Amino acid sequence: MKGQKDTGRRKEGASLSRTDLRGHVKAWIQHHRLSAADSLMRVLDSLGSSFLTWLVIGIALALPVGLNVALDNMTRVTAGWDSPAQISLFLQGEVSLDRLREIEVELAARDDVSETRAILRDEALDEFRTLSGFADVLASMQANPLPDVLLVTPDAALDGRGVSALRAELQGHSDVAEAVLDMEWLQRLNSLMALSRRLVLAIGGMLVVGVVLILGNTIRLAIESRRDEIVIVKLIGGSNGFVRRPFLYTGLWYGVGGGVLAALLVTAALWSLEKPISDLAMLYESAFQLSGFGVMGSLNLVILGGLLGLAGAWLAVSRHLARIEPR
Amino acid sequence: MISFNRVSKRYGEGRDALREITIEIAQDELVFLTGHSGAGKSTLLRLIMLMDRPSRGQVIVNGQNLAGVRPRNIPQHRRSIGVVFQNHQLLFDRTIFDNVALPLIIAGYEAREVGRRVRAALDKVGLLNRERAMPISLSGGEQQRVGIARAVVGKPKILLADEPTGNLDPTLSAEIMNLFEAFNQVGVTVLIASHDLVLISRLRHRIITLSQGCLVSGRAQ
Ligand SMILES: Nc1ncnc2c1ncn2[C@@H]1O[C@H](COP(=O)(O)OP(=O)(O)OP(=O)(O)O)[C@@H](O)[C@H]1O
Ligand SMILES: [Mg+2]
Repeated sequence: MKGQKDTGRRKEGASLSRTDLRGHVKAWIQHHRLSAADSLMRVLDSLGSSFLTWLVIGIALALPVGLNVALDNMTRVTAGWDSPAQISLFLQGEVSLDRLREIEVELAARDDVSETRAILRDEALDEFRTLSGFADVLASMQANPLPDVLLVTPDAALDGRGVSALRAELQGHSDVAEAVLDMEWLQRLNSLMALSRRLVLAIGGMLVVGVVLILGNTIRLAIESRRDEIVIVKLIGGSNGFVRRPFLYTGLWYGVGGGVLAALLVTAALWSLEKPISDLAMLYESAFQLSGFGVMGSLNLVILGGLLGLAGAWLAVSRHLARIEPR
Repeated sequence: MISFNRVSKRYGEGRDALREITIEIAQDELVFLTGHSGAGKSTLLRLIMLMDRPSRGQVIVNGQNLAGVRPRNIPQHRRSIGVVFQNHQLLFDRTIFDNVALPLIIAGYEAREVGRRVRAALDKVGLLNRERAMPISLSGGEQQRVGIARAVVGKPKILLADEPTGNLDPTLSAEIMNLFEAFNQVGVTVLIASHDLVLISRLRHRIITLSQGCLVSGRAQ
């Protein structure tokens, strides 16, 4: 009997504390909602200065992200260029057609050359005329400015050094004005792009720190302007968490707004570049299309903005709120 | 409910604001605290709500030695005490309703319960019809009553008031004192700091008198 009574009471106690807990959680969520709404109202109330903050954050985020999208696109372009190395031999101007055929045969006979192909200067001019849209300019020229070109494909078994050696040897040929290894600039481009990526990363890192500091300062000003209110809330028993909450939300809204603006800026930039780039791609007979950064990219940017906003607010709040105590 | 045991408080290098104060206030009491300006009335109240810590001695509130209350638990302690401030301490960019609701929001009451309790508290101080007004549009006495409503809305066990009738006319002062008596009737321990000797001596409650930080009279019931 006694035991029964005991468990009954314990049960009651447990359910009581559970509803208690539920009430606390409910109230906590309610205060989050209130703080979020109140902070948003305050941000929207001073729309002018809020917009400036958003714009600063937006630009700071859009810059590295935009550069990164550009680099991504360049990587995609050059990825299609990993064709085997090719040496272009620009022949001397006075080389005749017969001599050209002779050289071609001579090169094709070599072990380290798998294929040659001639691009005659007149052919090249015609092609250039139709594709480039410079027909008028070219028509006004007296002579064809283009040289004859021999494209030499080295043997596939040749490694990078072998190809370079071949190029050097062909450069020494008396009828060759210039031997250019097409891989060389591609390699340079690739290393340049790797460097650019690091640079973008570094710039991005600095701008992110900048955004956090700007937001921290904005929140610090918000805290200063509501000093009296903070004192009163602390006087009547508001915890640090309670006082902190609206400012964290303020930071969040600034950050999210900045992220949205950044996404808009990047999208607008990509959109305005789309037409010229597809024109250019057509010129190079390429099916290349600018790839944007999509809904996920925009979403990530907004989330990033929000997180930075929170970080900035946290920075300000942890440094300045504790110092405001009722006197 | 509130006890001071040989409490002294010194600010910086100055002389003692409170010196060796020993007081006992029971749960069902309404006690007045009086003395000249600078006697240490506000200081005593500040110690109870942990706005300051004593330099020496113990303060025990509702069974708890305040020396053991850590900074992170101060908000919780303050929530258990209703305070009417000398300078009202209202939020001037919020409505009367929002001002009075603040302790409930802090304590985490549900919206419906908040509305019910705020209206009940405003009704008690006779300001129910002004709930949508801003504090700036209220007279000094009305602002003081908003402060009282905010102090009692959370149904605290202890109510402290620092010069609650400071700038009110005699009739209104008497009315407000009646209000405090009514709270005391329902079991709230009330401690009121006041200059207004004429008024408080008429009311037949214990009067603690301080002079230059020392307890002069009213040590026990
Ligand atoms: N923060 C402080 N720093 C230094 N001294 C203080 C501080 N607060 C109060 N004092 C001193 O402590 C003494 C008591 O001040 P307290 O405010 O308690 O007086 P009071 O009785 O409330 O006076 P009043 O009736 O004018 O409000 C005074 O001498 C005052 O100068
Ligand atoms: Mg005082």
